[in-house]
Amino acid sequence: MTEWIDICAVDDVPAPGARRVKAGAATVALLRPDGERVFALEDRCPHKGGPLSEGIVSHDRVACPLHGRCVELATGRMIAPDEGATQTFAVRIANGRILLERDALCAVATTPQVPCPLGA
Amino acid sequence: MAFDFVQPRRLRLVVVGNGMAGMRTVEELLKIAPDLYQVTVFGAEPQPNYNRILLSPVLAGEQTFDGIVLNGYDWYRDNNVLLHAGVRVERIDRKRRLVIGSDGTEAEYDRLLLATGSNPALPPLPGIKLPGVLAYRDIADTQAMIDAAAHVKKAVVIGGGLLGLEAANGLAARGMDVTVIHLMPWLMERQLDRTAAGLLQKSLEARGLKFLLETSTVEFVAGESGRVAAVRFRPAGDKDAVPQSIDAQLVVVAIGIRPNVELAERAGLYVSKERGGGVVVNDTLQTFDPRIYAVGECVNHRGTAYGLVAPLFEMARVCATHLAESGIGRFQGAVTSTKLKVTGVDVFSIGDFQGGPDADEILLSDPTRGVYKKLVIDGDRLAGACLIGDTEHASWYTKLVKDRSAVAPIRDTLMFGENNLGDSGHAGSNRAAQLADDAEVCGCNGVCKGAIVKSIRAKGLFTLDDVRKHTKASSSCGSCTGLVEQILMTTVGNNYSPTPKTKPLCACTDRTHAEVRQAIRDLKLLSAHQVRTALEWRTEQGCQTCRPALNYYLISTWPGEAQDDPLSRFVNERSHANIQKDGTFSVVPRMWGGVTNSAELRRIADVVDKYRIPTVKVTGGQRIDLLGVKKEDLPAVWRDLDMPSGHAYGKALRTVKTCVGSEWCRFGTQDSTTMGIELERALWKMWAPHKVKLAVSGCPRNCAESGIKDVGVIGVDSGWEIHVAGNGGIKTEVAQFLVKVKTHAEVIEYASAFLQLYREEGFYLERTVHFVARVGMDYVKKRVLDDHDGRRALAQRLAAAVASEVDPWHEPEKAAVDGRQFIPLVAEVG
Repeated sequence: MTEWIDICAVDDVPAPGARRVKAGAATVALLRPDGERVFALEDRCPHKGGPLSEGIVSHDRVACPLHGRCVELATGRMIAPDEGATQTFAVRIANGRILLERDALCAVATTPQVPCPLGA
Repeated sequence: MAFDFVQPRRLRLVVVGNGMAGMRTVEELLKIAPDLYQVTVFGAEPQPNYNRILLSPVLAGEQTFDGIVLNGYDWYRDNNVLLHAGVRVERIDRKRRLVIGSDGTEAEYDRLLLATGSNPALPPLPGIKLPGVLAYRDIADTQAMIDAAAHVKKAVVIGGGLLGLEAANGLAARGMDVTVIHLMPWLMERQLDRTAAGLLQKSLEARGLKFLLETSTVEFVAGESGRVAAVRFRPAGDKDAVPQSIDAQLVVVAIGIRPNVELAERAGLYVSKERGGGVVVNDTLQTFDPRIYAVGECVNHRGTAYGLVAPLFEMARVCATHLAESGIGRFQGAVTSTKLKVTGVDVFSIGDFQGGPDADEILLSDPTRGVYKKLVIDGDRLAGACLIGDTEHASWYTKLVKDRSAVAPIRDTLMFGENNLGDSGHAGSNRAAQLADDAEVCGCNGVCKGAIVKSIRAKGLFTLDDVRKHTKASSSCGSCTGLVEQILMTTVGNNYSPTPKTKPLCACTDRTHAEVRQAIRDLKLLSAHQVRTALEWRTEQGCQTCRPALNYYLISTWPGEAQDDPLSRFVNERSHANIQKDGTFSVVPRMWGGVTNSAELRRIADVVDKYRIPTVKVTGGQRIDLLGVKKEDLPAVWRDLDMPSGHAYGKALRTVKTCVGSEWCRFGTQDSTTMGIELERALWKMWAPHKVKLAVSGCPRNCAESGIKDVGVIGVDSGWEIHVAGNGGIKTEVAQFLVKVKTHAEVIEYASAFLQLYREEGFYLERTVHFVARVGMDYVKKRVLDDHDGRRALAQRLAAAVASEVDPWHEPEKAAVDGRQFIPLVAEVG
């Protein structure tokens, strides 16, 4: 039985824009291109670990603020011809709230990280 | 009431011809609208799409056929394109919208794309059909030549143009004894003048090729076996001369190509009868039948039939956007250039290279080195160029001709190459041809020459954008762009596609920066959404390139009326701080004119301690940078510093550097410190197409380095000199003198007017140096110096725009700073 953690209201995330979520040692980016579509990716660009939550979000991708590389929101994969991917997290929207899957969050929260981008 | 949602049937696209132009169109179409069509391709040749241009290296033994395939059979499978290879289309039935293939296959179409290419021109001479007399057009011809070279010795090539010389070279490389027969007085007369052709001929003769110029072929004579054994010829224009004979067991006819229009003509489409021939199309590549498009060598566009790949790929791109029903692009013809490398001889020509008795020509001739360079100038532009022996600057001349750039200012150095490389990042080298493979070309991304060449060859790249995407070279600061273009041209030759001066703003549109700025003004567009709707953007929300650009254009064109959209700004401008590589930020408070006091320094020191900021650094802009601030701490840091925002993070006014001036300095003629502070107070908070840096020096010793600033002010005894459009970064450019004025108020007025002109008419991401290079210093002087009322109006508009801006560090709500970005959400795990 999948358990979901309540994170915030959908409207707590600007559109088009993002918010970051601290989950233990890790950070997850909530990316909202429009309306009720919200994606969740680990807040690390596959290129050099930049904070995707600070990038410009458009339609189906986010541009990392450090070097402009684009990551596809649905899959976490970099847009061709770049290679690499960042972890995706399942998102549920219910009653205007954003929920993330507990198990996935716990797994990444306790995994030893290369120094977390936001020095938490 | 419940509906069954029925998937709309895909439109059917039938492509006649499986060559480079047709398949490029299909590739581009699949990129834009992958699900719109069911695509069927008929190709007369029993092969997948291959790079016809590379047949010469295959003939010369440098390449294999497999190595030149562009779209293998698996590509067609993977992209759901139905290919009938080896099936010629016999008939088009336009009424029933149907094509019929030579094997009886029928295919219905909603849209038809003709890409039937060209046929080799074959002179109607006796013996033209003998075994051993070949055209040089496709892989079958090439294979026949390779086979013949293994068995026979003597070859004759009819035609001393581009293709004929490549054939002759390939056959000679395979050990044959080759003679070239050419009708005209010199070789490659459509690309070279007499002198250059003479040099080329000498180099080729040194490699064993023989030439019969001004010679007309009479007939091909069969030998005992029925195969060709000799060619008879006579001097051109002398019908009564007795023909002579030369032995030849292989004859290659390469006198030209004619568009393959028979199918189109029989179907009733309009075909040009004029020189060149071809299926007539308009700027969107449509024929007279609106359901039928045509691209490639079979086409006649505005009277021209093209035979080089760069314009054909441009046609393919435009056609694809129209097939995808999202096109506003137009193919408007192309300037073609030729770059040839025949057994080590470099040849290049473009445009009107012949010149003539009244032409303005610049010549460099060094016969001993085998170098001849001719530049033809028409009025203020470069009309054409012909280079042999040294084609290093070919890519630059191509750009100058295509962009119709003004060359008068650089006439004295035109022959010696451009100077557009950035100053560093490529170890001082500016000649790509001389670089070793392991030489670093792109200093920002660490890309060496060998990697670029490998990528170009392996992935079939033709443009600078391709190279940027696939190798990252030249994709960061752009310092090495000129070098990369040289490498591209050297590697790709004829098929190099130079970056046009007017590029679309981004992938979402075909509109240029100029067109978008104009539309925002003319149509009074006040939001990005309105712009995207009015100008038919391909995407609803734009992308990371156009969103910041559009936002800037809107607020600078309609201040107070257009709404600023912070979510469209780059991270630094949204956070009002500079993001660092680890995701922390740096904070640079403003220090007017580089002057501070003990109270400010004490507050800075206290903030450093309180927030445990790792690094404190003095900047080149004469202020202090606090690095390593966590995002969550930014609002508190701003509050405790209680200093104005330094806008170090923005496309905005950065600093006004000063030297000490008459207040203290024994040499200072003017009070540069006060002037600098006044300027900074008058101009701060302004947004611009890119960062703006100023300086004020108190005397011509120029200790504040005003000479490399966007606006550099230098005090002299009688007043202030204002210099503009300098740049101290990627490429150091000295500012140009604008005007000398007497009072502080005048300095502010002229500086404001220049900057406002830049704000209103600059393109996003152009520095003032690029802006002035584009519009010309004369134009700037006209608007800022000659037009007094205009200058005052410009200055007033800037003052008004700046007055309506607030300091985001002190009034974040008014500045629409979204406070949520500083508050991370927390997931309760554990």
